[in-house]
Amino acid sequence: MLNKLTKTTCTALSISAALFMAPAVNAETITIATVNNGDMITMKELSSDFEAKHPDIDLKWVTLEENILRQRVTTDVATKGGQYDVMTIGTYEVPIWGKQGWLTELDGLGPDYDEEDLLPAIRSGLSLNNKLYAAPFYGESSMVMYRKDLLEKAGLEMPTKPSWKFIRQAAKAMTDKDTGVYGICLRGKAGWGENTALITAMSNSFGARWFDENWKPQFNTQEWKDTLQYYVDVMEESGPPGASSNGFNENLALFQTGKCGIWIDATVAGAFVTNKKDSEVADKVGFAMAPDMDLGKRGNWLWAWTLAVPSSSKKADAAQKFISWATSKDYSALVAKEKGWAAVPPGTRTSLYENPKYMEAAPFAEITLASIESVDPKNPTVKPVPYVGVQFVAIPEFQGIGTAVGQQFSAALAGKMTVDQALANAQRLVERAMRKARYPK
Amino acid sequence: MATNSSSKSKVIYTLLAWTISAAIFFPILWTLLTSFKTEAEAISANPSLFMFDWTLENYRDVLERSPYFDHFWNSVVISVGSSLIGLLIAIPAAWSMAFVQSKRTKHLLMWMLSTKMLPPVGVLIPIYLLFRDFDLLDTKLGLVIVMTLINLPIMVWMLYTYFREIPNEILEASRMDGASISAEIFHVLLPIALPGIASTLLLNVILAWNEAFWTLILTAANAAPLTAFIASYSSPEGLFYAKLSAASAMAIAPILILGWFSQKQLVRGLTFGAVK
Repeated sequence: MLNKLTKTTCTALSISAALFMAPAVNAETITIATVNNGDMITMKELSSDFEAKHPDIDLKWVTLEENILRQRVTTDVATKGGQYDVMTIGTYEVPIWGKQGWLTELDGLGPDYDEEDLLPAIRSGLSLNNKLYAAPFYGESSMVMYRKDLLEKAGLEMPTKPSWKFIRQAAKAMTDKDTGVYGICLRGKAGWGENTALITAMSNSFGARWFDENWKPQFNTQEWKDTLQYYVDVMEESGPPGASSNGFNENLALFQTGKCGIWIDATVAGAFVTNKKDSEVADKVGFAMAPDMDLGKRGNWLWAWTLAVPSSSKKADAAQKFISWATSKDYSALVAKEKGWAAVPPGTRTSLYENPKYMEAAPFAEITLASIESVDPKNPTVKPVPYVGVQFVAIPEFQGIGTAVGQQFSAALAGKMTVDQALANAQRLVERAMRKARYPK
Repeated sequence: MATNSSSKSKVIYTLLAWTISAAIFFPILWTLLTSFKTEAEAISANPSLFMFDWTLENYRDVLERSPYFDHFWNSVVISVGSSLIGLLIAIPAAWSMAFVQSKRTKHLLMWMLSTKMLPPVGVLIPIYLLFRDFDLLDTKLGLVIVMTLINLPIMVWMLYTYFREIPNEILEASRMDGASISAEIFHVLLPIALPGIASTLLLNVILAWNEAFWTLILTAANAAPLTAFIASYSSPEGLFYAKLSAASAMAIAPILILGWFSQKQLVRGLTFGAVK
């Protein structure tokens, strides 16, 4: 009887002990905030591989539209809210947040991570004092996408490195407004990540800059006038109607349905326009580098979506393990196995562009790599500048002034004001913003 | 002659009402139709109203990718919870303002309403810090508190308007019979004002369900309601209109059904006291 009682007591104690011990072996949960882009959706889909390899880490996902995500993570990181352990942020945020001490240095990515394999242009934009503060998930530049059949019909041939002059000539020749085919589609929707990104990158090739070495706005210069005048003229001549409200998605729709001859936009669009499921012109698309004015700089930008750990995270080690997995060579191989080589996140690692299988599957890969490598965020334009960034200026004030300037450009495109008025307004509002922010600092 | 012109104007008003209703309903109809299209058809430059290949693929994708029912449950708890707690506070407040008025009651009512005019982003940082310090970030309780406070001025105003329509003599009679304040409110006032209370509750459930500033900022993975579910299907780079439409249709369906079945109460509640 006593023996039975002892046995029962021991069993009960063991169960209780096991229950009390359970939290100690419970998985740690990390919350990942990310944007709703195709590559991120794939990452979420394949994350079971990470969980299988790390049974001690559970993943929770917060997927949001880019602007909402930016608002949310900025609030959280600035107030040290600690809601997220991994944040998806862009190359604009990394240098600013890193300087503020809002990001954790990524020093726990593991011995097999091969940091040297990251593309130098991308890596330098994510480092402060040679320390990595965010790991690139995918990188992009911008390029020319064009309809080979329309260009051939016009009796022209696209050079690998076209000039803005040729683009205007080709766009005019490809335009047939009666059949609803427009020679060129460019972003017109106002926003620092929309038309301002395109026109700022364009302006670099015209020799313009946002600020001189003393942080004086430069919209009153001839270079800016040449840039904006070209943009408005070429769009009036060969652009689609209502272009001032067209962003990436609107132009993608126009191009995929055969309404555009030339589209200059993000290299990531290469995969969309050649996708036979969605694009009516999938087998008629050619690619070229962004145009130039023979001044030594091309009109392409540089952007990367990166994964970073906010300094408010209490699970930085687990977060770094996840980042290491999601931005590794093994992850690229996993995506290739599950979705095909064309679906591998582009623009981050040299080894991907040395892989013949990838180069064969992605006809735009060569141009993407050349475009990314041709950009120097520290010397984005012809003249020297005091800022970092190609299609943006990496200062906290840029989101506000970038959008305000974009509104002036959009109004000029819509014919609501002249190019001179738009630039005068841009100069005035940027001068005021910089004075309020007390530049130079 | 008079009858003829009266029936003519009746026809005109009816046509006008149908036109306005159709214009208001069209975006919802378009969202529903787009949710059954492929992504390529959804962005087509020449969209078709009904003649397209109908597909349920978007609904399947959305259900596979997101925990819809978790978001739905969060929306239910936040909107119903905040409306019920709001009622508990608003009923006594509106009673005192309607029946025990002081010189400053009108000012107080205006001040309460003025808080609705403040842009929410103006108080974002203090509220976020309070939530962080009280561990309320990404909790349903936190959202219930915020929604209650946000909608409280509207609840008090609506109930105040209904209560003002109830003759004071009825309440006085109950007091003469020896009713306490709570008995006066619960046994006399509430049964008379029930339609008004129901419409206040319904309207606030709808307002809380649709709120998309605080619900997006203060939640992450655990307490995110359907507004966050919709926001996860928009993208500046890529095709998403059909899936976004499917997510939107799934998010608004419950509240549309609720609105449809309670439209009589809602209309009665919203027009109560409008004509004297």
